[in-house]
Amino acid sequence: MYPTPIQERSRPVRIGYRVSLYAAMLLWMTPLIAIMMTAIRPQTDLLAGNYWRLPSHFALFENYREVFATSPMGAFFLNSVVITGVTVIAVLVLSTMAAVALAKYPLPGRTLLFAMFIGGNFVPYQILMIPVRDLILQLGLYDTVWGLILFHTAFQIGFATLFLRNFIAALPNELFEAARLEGASEFQILRKIIVPLLRPALAGLAVLIFTFVWNDYFWALVLVQSDAAKPLTLGLAGLKGEWLTAWNLISAGALFAALPPVALFFLMQKHFVAGLTAGAVRG
Amino acid sequence: MSAAPPPARRLSGLRVWQNNQAWLTPLLLLVLPVGLFGLLIITPIVQSIWISFYDWDGTGPATWVGLSNYAELFSDPQFYTSLKNNVIWLVLFLLAPVFGLALALFLNQTLPEMRLVKSIFFIPLVLAHVIIGVVFTWFYDPTFGLLAILFNWLGLEPLAILSDEHFVTFGIIAAALWSQIAFCLVLFLAGLSQLDQELIAAGRMDGAAGWSLLRHIVLPQLRSVSFVASIITVIMSLRNFDMIAVMTQGGPYGSSTVLAYQMYDATIFSYRAGYGAAIATVLFAIMSVYIAWFLWHTLRREARGG
Repeated sequence: MYPTPIQERSRPVRIGYRVSLYAAMLLWMTPLIAIMMTAIRPQTDLLAGNYWRLPSHFALFENYREVFATSPMGAFFLNSVVITGVTVIAVLVLSTMAAVALAKYPLPGRTLLFAMFIGGNFVPYQILMIPVRDLILQLGLYDTVWGLILFHTAFQIGFATLFLRNFIAALPNELFEAARLEGASEFQILRKIIVPLLRPALAGLAVLIFTFVWNDYFWALVLVQSDAAKPLTLGLAGLKGEWLTAWNLISAGALFAALPPVALFFLMQKHFVAGLTAGAVRG
Repeated sequence: MSAAPPPARRLSGLRVWQNNQAWLTPLLLLVLPVGLFGLLIITPIVQSIWISFYDWDGTGPATWVGLSNYAELFSDPQFYTSLKNNVIWLVLFLLAPVFGLALALFLNQTLPEMRLVKSIFFIPLVLAHVIIGVVFTWFYDPTFGLLAILFNWLGLEPLAILSDEHFVTFGIIAAALWSQIAFCLVLFLAGLSQLDQELIAAGRMDGAAGWSLLRHIVLPQLRSVSFVASIITVIMSLRNFDMIAVMTQGGPYGSSTVLAYQMYDATIFSYRAGYGAAIATVLFAIMSVYIAWFLWHTLRREARGG
């Protein structure tokens, strides 16, 4: 272990470590604690400068009632759910297909495809913006959730394929040879052998893609205009302009938008971390 | 009467498939994903570069103007402001791997509550930049913000960070660093968990401890993680758009723009798609260097079979 395990240290060091650990954690979380404390306050507290003392009364539900009554936050939430949900499923299906092809079949130009997927994942969005916007307009998908779904799916395929390819490449070839000898078709092999073995990887990937797509702001800004198609991120940014100094409402809205990815992260932390570090750590 | 009876033809079609499925399968599997990726990611890159040679408002007819968008760009003071801010972003973002490593060393312990503690440190990673931007805007607010309270408490006049052209970029970067440090922390913790324990034990036997153990035995094993963390951090620093859009919209007076934001501004607000495409192309060219570097690293590791 590096650094030396704290259990092997003297008692004062152990106590000192715990104290500084919690102090660091508190400092790190200050921004989140601040919005939580603000989301439970009535606005009168904020106007009176009461940020950190006890709220004059517990106003969390009152604030949420106002958020949902005075803004289309509920509709934004549903849009985010549809955009993210459909994209995650589409990406999982398409990238599994591509990853199997890249990992288990000898193909000319495989390295080129591979490089294209990695590179595409890192390009600045702005180099895609004008043509993508035009294309989505021409397809009649501008200002709909489908335009966003189409783009997000295409964009995430690169990362997802690379990710799954590593897992599939690690599966033993004998497995496939044996299935072929027994007369299984290529698609049966894919469905009955590869996909079940891939389940943990697919779970990790789903959490990552969910987070990426749920948190997107730029493409929503470029491809969507009306409240009927806005996801939460774009909606929240707009409400910030509308509510101005009603920070209790903004905080409540921000917490609401942050909750799904945070909850998912806590439920699937192991998969999430494994997914994020899969490519980076080896070697 | 030369046509074969339908069942036989179907049979032969099946046979063609059976004889060729080994090479047809990968092609069928790749058609849709590669097609989508090509249509929505690769083609637009080429088109954007092409558009940068036109004078175009984004909807009407376009006029070929050669390199004049670039000529204009290179004499536009706003471009140099953006470029300068991009450099500031890039340099300060490199603090993320440093802090990320320090934090990872701090947290790499096995206490019963450590799993929870680590997850709490990871949270900024899953928060949307928009949300972080909103929270920090409030943080910096000179009348309602937390920072104002701190300043008042110290007996100082609160500083309006986001409306001061000297501080605004640093204020946004500080907010963005929060989640970037969390990203590096995740990578370094994973790297630390895979250290060669025997090497470390041997180092300890030789009397290495603390700094010298870190420098000569631990860090060399973290080389690949450090590279990946740093290069992705650099790429992220150049891609940042959301926070600037949410916190300042490039203001005050364009002092917090970066190329990514200036491109959006020129295209959407000034209806200058050709000029915007030229800015995007310059940004793409700069980032290509880092993307190529990352690609080279990854492909080489791939070739080694790692």
